[in-house]
Amino acid sequence: MRAEILERLNAERAARRAAILVTRIPDGHQRLVREAEVDGDPLADVLRPRFASARSGLVETPEGQAFLTVQVPPVRLVVVGAVHISQAMATMAGALDLALTVIDPRTAFATPERFPGIDLVAEWPDAAFAGPVPPLDRYCALAALTHDPKIDDPALAAALRAGCFYVGALGSRKTHAARVARLTQAGFGEAEIARIHAPIGLPLGAVSPAEIGLAILAEIIAELRRAPKPEAA
Amino acid sequence: MLSTDTDILTTAEAWRRGGRAVALATVIETWGSAPRPVGSHLVVDGDGNFLGSVSGGCVEGDVITEAADVIEAGTPRVLEFGVADETAWRAGLSCGGRIRVFVERID
Repeated sequence: MRAEILERLNAERAARRAAILVTRIPDGHQRLVREAEVDGDPLADVLRPRFASARSGLVETPEGQAFLTVQVPPVRLVVVGAVHISQAMATMAGALDLALTVIDPRTAFATPERFPGIDLVAEWPDAAFAGPVPPLDRYCALAALTHDPKIDDPALAAALRAGCFYVGALGSRKTHAARVARLTQAGFGEAEIARIHAPIGLPLGAVSPAEIGLAILAEIIAELRRAPKPEAA
Repeated sequence: MLSTDTDILTTAEAWRRGGRAVALATVIETWGSAPRPVGSHLVVDGDGNFLGSVSGGCVEGDVITEAADVIEAGTPRVLEFGVADETAWRAGLSCGGRIRVFVERID
């Protein structure tokens, strides 16, 4: 691989843009196709579904077998609520390659002492997404953990609008029923609201904050890996 | 340190910028129960330092050895690893799977 191609591949990843590296297996020839340029590409019909599935794999092309290294942006995890569970998640997110941002307007919660080395934003969600936090997109997961509708609801609304691949909210079934009523009132449809994972987290029987954090992260991974499968390899 | 795909490719770039000889190994095909999915990377430098994985640790040694040859020769090659009791290969996958690995030099 030419160093220049590797640099472009890493630059695309850093800029949160999807790209596919096409490697011809017989001779090792390579080129990089950015998602924005896929329509003009001779392999457009082969590449397009790969951007959707995010799966790398071998394909047959008129020029012989080729390997597609499909690179989609690193997954971001936005946690709303600088609470005990988020502290536990902060220690696990990095190992899972999840870029974590914690948002909480309550400055008693959002302190660097409680979240050392974590991207911490002491703003209301709307202000955070309008300023310091990059816009949500389909490569983002959002977990709302404050239990406070004034903080959680605007974040959930933003996540649903942005098409985040995972949206979860802490709270009992009763709390969630009230939330569903509020979001319906705000104009969200049944199918949209049904995308919210609540009660949040895989049913591990989690008790401690770390266990609940693990259950939430496990549910995020399950959702992430549920992507449509490409043709059998 | 645990390495992710992001770390591996940025490490490959950093090592190359630092003047090291670098090869990149990528899992391009798997059959049966393979420990690492298609697209997984391992980066190796000329001294055999490496980051990432292409299996559960079964064939990394062979990949690193082959990577040294690829760094020398400059032409990419495809390696195939099968089950451990196949005599055709020095290393094998005890899980019973088979994998193909593309190894290339970063120029």
